[in-house]
Amino acid sequence: MKKLILGTAALALSAGLAWADTVRMGTEGAYPPYNFINDAGEVDGFERELGDELCKRAGLTCEWVKNDWDSIIPNLVSGNYDTIIAGMSITPERDEVIDFTQDYYPPTASAYAATSGDVDVNSGVVAAQAATIQAGHVAETGATLVEFATPEETIAAVRNGEADAVLADKDYLVPIVEESGGELMFVGDDVPLGGGIGIGLRESDGELRAKFDAAITSMKEDGTLNTMLKKWFGEDTTTY
Amino acid sequence: MFSYCTEPDTLGTFRWFSCYLTTGVHFSFYWSFAKVLLLLAITAPVALAFGFLGAMAARARFAPLSWLGKAYIAIVRGVPDIAFFMFFVIALDQLLEWGRHQILCSDWDQAIWQGNDFIVCPQAKLPLSTAPQVVHETYGFFIAVFTFAIVFGAFAANVLFGAMRAVPRPQLETAEAYGMSRRQTFWHILVPQMWVYALPGLSNLWMVLIKATPLLFLLGIEDIVYWARELGGTKTARFTDYPHGDWRMWYFLVLLVFYLGFTRVSEVVLERMMVRLTHGQATTGGEAQRKAAA
Repeated sequence: MKKLILGTAALALSAGLAWADTVRMGTEGAYPPYNFINDAGEVDGFERELGDELCKRAGLTCEWVKNDWDSIIPNLVSGNYDTIIAGMSITPERDEVIDFTQDYYPPTASAYAATSGDVDVNSGVVAAQAATIQAGHVAETGATLVEFATPEETIAAVRNGEADAVLADKDYLVPIVEESGGELMFVGDDVPLGGGIGIGLRESDGELRAKFDAAITSMKEDGTLNTMLKKWFGEDTTTY
Repeated sequence: MFSYCTEPDTLGTFRWFSCYLTTGVHFSFYWSFAKVLLLLAITAPVALAFGFLGAMAARARFAPLSWLGKAYIAIVRGVPDIAFFMFFVIALDQLLEWGRHQILCSDWDQAIWQGNDFIVCPQAKLPLSTAPQVVHETYGFFIAVFTFAIVFGAFAANVLFGAMRAVPRPQLETAEAYGMSRRQTFWHILVPQMWVYALPGLSNLWMVLIKATPLLFLLGIEDIVYWARELGGTKTARFTDYPHGDWRMWYFLVLLVFYLGFTRVSEVVLERMMVRLTHGQATTGGEAQRKAAA
């Protein structure tokens, strides 16, 4: 009888381990270079490459899942996927609801982009994606905030004159400003926001967090993370 | 897709578009049209069934059943769709997982709710986290069908409830005079005659349902509006072989044509149904048909 119980316990344990091995990675898929949908329809970008490498180092099988930005945290805590890896900055407000790994991207500079250089970003109309640190920052300045569900719409709002400027992660804006042929330009100084970008996890998922933390540390130590950062964000990006 | 697609930036306009429109993402876009049509095809009859049950319950003589039917109609009609779609779906998913957890993992010693987190044992996950993405998407799809059916079922229940009351009283009295039981009167006299009163209301619901599909993305299903926005958005040359500006207008134009075409076809079909249902009815429409024939 004892053997039987032990046997089932072992079986349950090993089954539990086998189950836990697939980690579902939640991302938005609309924020290049961090994450976007490539021509083949797959999730691509810095975070795809990073996430796959982290999973390899941590010995996990990972599957990528797309989710709307607005409901990305509720779906994590209710267990529809296991991580958020979507350019999400570590902030105290978010940290109350979910946990973060150490940052895999140094604290980001956000920047204002506008169609003319003489826009006053502290009193004009500024666009930002809803529920981001940028939206929070604009709300604190004297500017009028207009929020959009996707980053794409914030840029469109500046182009069609609905907003005077857009505040977003500088890395997101750089390729857009460069390819706009002079239509868009950066205005004002960069704004340092947030405490770096980390992987979001459920607060109860301490084990998974430890695995990812260890994998990020090992990538920081052997320099692969810096190589990856330079590949996706250019030679001048901040590295570790 | 085509052999010449390896270097798109060297191609002429026509060839460029033939490559551009056959990329993997575009097939996801085309596939989403089928997904939306399939969703409508399944949701409409299910919602109608919910509506029928709701209406039957609401007019039941057994009081608690009647309260249940009326509460369903009142509550679901009163809650904003977007709130319903955000919270009901997560709650439903959690309820199913909670139920499976109770059955499958009776020896689990940890709390299910830990602060904000909802944690069931891995075997109770629905679908299992090891399941391929296709299974997850199919599961999400049926959760969506169910949610749509509940919401639209409540509206349909109200329409049918009204339609059942609109059937002229003499029709039912005659049935009773012939000695039909309550059940016989309901199925043979009331139900066949009520559709003509219900159809205008139901056709409105159908039209609204067609256009409500963008709510699907809240449930993680990539519908046509999601893809139009995603594909139409500005694409810079660093991240795609097919860079372009803000083309959302053109993609939404395609959606406009799709929706207008689809609602037009629906109108024609519904009009025909109306003609058939009016036939022989004790309404002005039925009377007009009789006179025209005579």
